Amino acid sequence: MDGLVHGAGSAQETGGGAVSDLKLQLRDVRKSFDDKVVLSDIDLDVGLHEAICLIGSSGSGKSTLLKCVNLLLGIDGGEIVLDGRVITTSDVSADAVRQGMGIVFQAFNLFPHMTVIDNVTLSPRKVHGIGKDAAEAKAMELLSRFGLEEKAGEYPDRLSGGQQQRVAVVRALATEPQLMLFDEVTSALDPELVAEVLDVIRELKSEGKTMLIATHEMGFARDVADRVCFLDAGEILEQGPPGEIFTAPREPRTQQFLQRIVDAGRL
Amino acid sequence: MTEPAAVHEHVRGPGLFGPRGPRPVREQGARGALIAVLSTLVFFGVALWAILTSEAWPAVQQQFFSSFHFREAFPEVLAGFWLDVRMFLVAQVLILAFALIVAMARALRGPAFFPIRAMAVVFIDLVRGVPIILLILLLGFGVPSLQLPGVPNSPLFWGLAALVISYSAYTAEVYRAGIESVHESQRMSARSLGLTQIQALRYVLVPQAIRNVIPALLNGFVSLQKDVALVFVLGIREGVRAAEIYNARTFNYTGYIAATLLFLLVSIPVARWTDWYTERDRRRKQAVGP
Repeated sequence: MDGLVHGAGSAQETGGGAVSDLKLQLRDVRKSFDDKVVLSDIDLDVGLHEAICLIGSSGSGKSTLLKCVNLLLGIDGGEIVLDGRVITTSDVSADAVRQGMGIVFQAFNLFPHMTVIDNVTLSPRKVHGIGKDAAEAKAMELLSRFGLEEKAGEYPDRLSGGQQQRVAVVRALATEPQLMLFDEVTSALDPELVAEVLDVIRELKSEGKTMLIATHEMGFARDVADRVCFLDAGEILEQGPPGEIFTAPREPRTQQFLQRIVDAGRL
Repeated sequence: MTEPAAVHEHVRGPGLFGPRGPRPVREQGARGALIAVLSTLVFFGVALWAILTSEAWPAVQQQFFSSFHFREAFPEVLAGFWLDVRMFLVAQVLILAFALIVAMARALRGPAFFPIRAMAVVFIDLVRGVPIILLILLLGFGVPSLQLPGVPNSPLFWGLAALVISYSAYTAEVYRAGIESVHESQRMSARSLGLTQIQALRYVLVPQAIRNVIPALLNGFVSLQKDVALVFVLGIREGVRAAEIYNARTFNYTGYIAATLLFLLVSIPVARWTDWYTERDRRRKQAVGP
């Protein structure tokens, strides 16, 4: 399981200090809701500049995994290591950890009572202490880059779903996170709006952003992922380069899952 | 445009006495209005006739509706009522602020905030369990009797404090319902951006929560506007007390009617406006979609 791109062993040897090329590690991560096991013994290494897609049917634990990494959910066992530092102990400030990470959710992302520009500048101003003018200049730069500069003064309910999700990505990027998490960001969108959001993620990939992406868009995963992880019932059943996973999956469960996707005409 | 009635309804907006319903065809409307006016006139005409011709009416009129006593009592009652209005305004501002603090304290999560959360819950449970009049008597008579140095001795101060404490407990629950009605993803989005719990509440959850509970808050306004009169038990000369004094002097109840009219004069417009606002809000939400 290890040795795929970056072995967990090499990170431990460097003593957990200045780990050069390992951004995030999950070691034996376990999570249950009441009696239901949602994640069991998850091991996952994410290298710097790597884009990893998590695939699997609904309820396989993809979203939970991302929320655990963002410390929005506590884990029941194992540990999560960010930049060589364990972040899942109680003495680590979750607020501080989140400041270096961005996450975009499936829906209800934007704050409906704020304009687009206020959505984007809230965290830079209130959390990172950046002045209003500087924060807005930076926000406009990002919005322009993704073709949203004309929407700066609008409220979210005046935007299409695709535009809203793109703003949500911009908002997550505004604090210059070193790691981006995407939680099925196109699942709540009309089909014709999916592409514009995926293009934004592709652009981030091209600039080498480290990303962990839960998605149902297999074509996109094949395109953008350096590595694909197939989750099934809370376990990473299989992982590897997209060429391998999509063309020659080893596990029967992966084969079944992909067959269903193919049958549905989605791959 | 498949449902012209619904379109009309939307354009017309809410009526003064609640939803107007679809605009009927013109002839039907005129006939309906005529029937409504006639039946109303007949009904109230008969009722009024029954009252005015009854044997008891002269005595009732003298005791409750005497124009002489009304003119005599009105200035005193009005002066007292003006104190009610001022008490209402001061108390309402304090309640809105204090209740919000209690509600935010109760909305904090995590073991570290347990003592704060527990304090908020105990406060709300205790205060809601005690009759407001008891709280007014306890604080309004009780605290001044202690003659504590540096503590206000005025019954008015403590009467108002009792009102603020009691209403804050209820209003905090209104706010809490509002905070809980905001989708969980909003809290997560805010926290994921690095905002602390307090910042998430302040910038993201509470502004949306307040919008969701404005009708309930307005309902509280209507209620408080009358309940300020309860401090009369402390001997404070507000509207009801002034009417009571007039009654004690003259054995005539017209002063109470004067006070009644003054309270109605303020509370009915607020109640109508609350309904109108709630209805408009509901329509706006429907217009946006589910």
